[in-house]
Amino acid sequence: MRAPAAPAARPGFDPYRVRADFPILRATGPRPLIYLDSAATSQKPDSVIEAMRDYYASYNANIHRGIYRIAEQATAAYEDARLRLSRFIGAASPREVIFTRNSTEAINLIAHAWGRTNLKPGDALLLTEMEHHSNLVPWQLLAAERGLELRFIPVTPGGELALDALPGLLGDGRVRLASVVHISNVLGTVNPIAAIAAQVHAAGALLAVDASQSVPHCPVDVRALGCDFLAFTGHKMLGPTGIGALWGRGVLLEAMPPFMGGGEMIREVHLTHSEWNDLPWKFEAGTMPIAEAIGLRAAVVYLEGLGMDAVFDHDRELAAYALERLAEVPDLKLLGPPAARRGGVVAFTLGDIHPHDVATVLDSDGIAVRAGHHCAMPLHEKLGVRATARASFHCYSVREDVDALVAGLHKARKVFA
Amino acid sequence: MGGWDDIYRENILDHYKHPRHQGTLANPDITYEDANPLCGDHLRMDLRVKDGKVEEVRFSGHGCSISQAAASMLCERVAGRPIEEIKQLTRDDVLEMLGIELGPVRLKCALLALKTLKAGVWGITQWPGEDESA
Repeated sequence: MRAPAAPAARPGFDPYRVRADFPILRATGPRPLIYLDSAATSQKPDSVIEAMRDYYASYNANIHRGIYRIAEQATAAYEDARLRLSRFIGAASPREVIFTRNSTEAINLIAHAWGRTNLKPGDALLLTEMEHHSNLVPWQLLAAERGLELRFIPVTPGGELALDALPGLLGDGRVRLASVVHISNVLGTVNPIAAIAAQVHAAGALLAVDASQSVPHCPVDVRALGCDFLAFTGHKMLGPTGIGALWGRGVLLEAMPPFMGGGEMIREVHLTHSEWNDLPWKFEAGTMPIAEAIGLRAAVVYLEGLGMDAVFDHDRELAAYALERLAEVPDLKLLGPPAARRGGVVAFTLGDIHPHDVATVLDSDGIAVRAGHHCAMPLHEKLGVRATARASFHCYSVREDVDALVAGLHKARKVFA
Repeated sequence: MGGWDDIYRENILDHYKHPRHQGTLANPDITYEDANPLCGDHLRMDLRVKDGKVEEVRFSGHGCSISQAAASMLCERVAGRPIEEIKQLTRDDVLEMLGIELGPVRLKCALLALKTLKAGVWGITQWPGEDESA
């Protein structure tokens, strides 16, 4: 087992050197990839791909069971992934980090295990109008099952949360849990989680945070945020698909019943009843995605090597550059807040041209953007647009990508003139 | 993979920019609406039928150029034709009209009009629903 190597120390952050670590961006051909869809999924560096290959090739074994050498190696690597991830987000203990398939599963875990135990008819849940469907639908299902009221923090026309509505939404004390996105996957808006946490807690409720777009892009410290649960996914943070995590305050997780039943999550099984395993394994039923956890560990090591402050600064600089360049394109309408309050996401519409058509013209030049409602239909409805095109960045994105986007948009206007 | 000029052939852009049979019919004999939830495309087809033939056809809704051009071409194709003939139209007929190859995502855009039209047409005869891939 090779320990994942951190990238060589870099004097300052250099996205061009970062690119050299990503095989998909090194590939040469008649049409190099201009990847502007990192909010959907990020690209993967060699170290992540190699870490997963190394596990399969040299110590593939199930974890927590075998007492032979490679099984112990695999268990150590899997648990080290948890340890590194817990430090990466400032958790008090690795016991508070539960591996899941993705953010969606992490949020469903809260809804099932915490929600079904703690909520009764007449209680309310507080969400926002800018949520991804993954932070809406699990709560809708729970609300229908338990007779709960769903409340929403409104979004302003400028694409930010109308926090002046919070006292009114929390005032009657019926909200038991708020679940709020940290960075919007459509608008790039960075929400003031710590301020929201203070008000939510003062009203006697808990705060869950959908950190799918923040843990991969900026420094996140769960204790500084002051939240109670935090959900995120590996594949947006340079890691593989199929692995994500839920962080929760230990005392809450201890009191929650399991989410799924099966092997590994138990201490004792009898024919008619069982006793649950300790944290975090109580929530990890069945064989987990071991290679993916090991890949995610390599991704965390890689990101730590870059420094999350540097990654976020880079994202925001590119977003600011994109906002400035896109403003040059006639008929282009930008959504979301000014550069000072957004991460590396820029969504827009281009006149009457359907975003699918914009994306298809861009694709003909090798430019990958997302087009549609980005799993946030209520937000698009609120902002009065059916669909948008979206460019999003990560540590390997460069200004030339934005320049190519702008040139492609001028071309799209010509095609559909 | 071709360039945009492969996908946006002249006939597709022509139908998109100058749609035929666009609009709605007052008191249509057949009307049906469908949507493509992934891209938000929405389409309605209205038909007036006389002696088993399509006397008038109109489409309305919104969507990308592929879905709108396919609707326009399809209306042109079925106007004046027997209902029985419309029932036999396939996805290949639509792709032939468009004259392009499409990946799985854009294929849904291209076939929305046919799906809507056939659902409406089969509907009045109380025929069992067809496979949505048409």
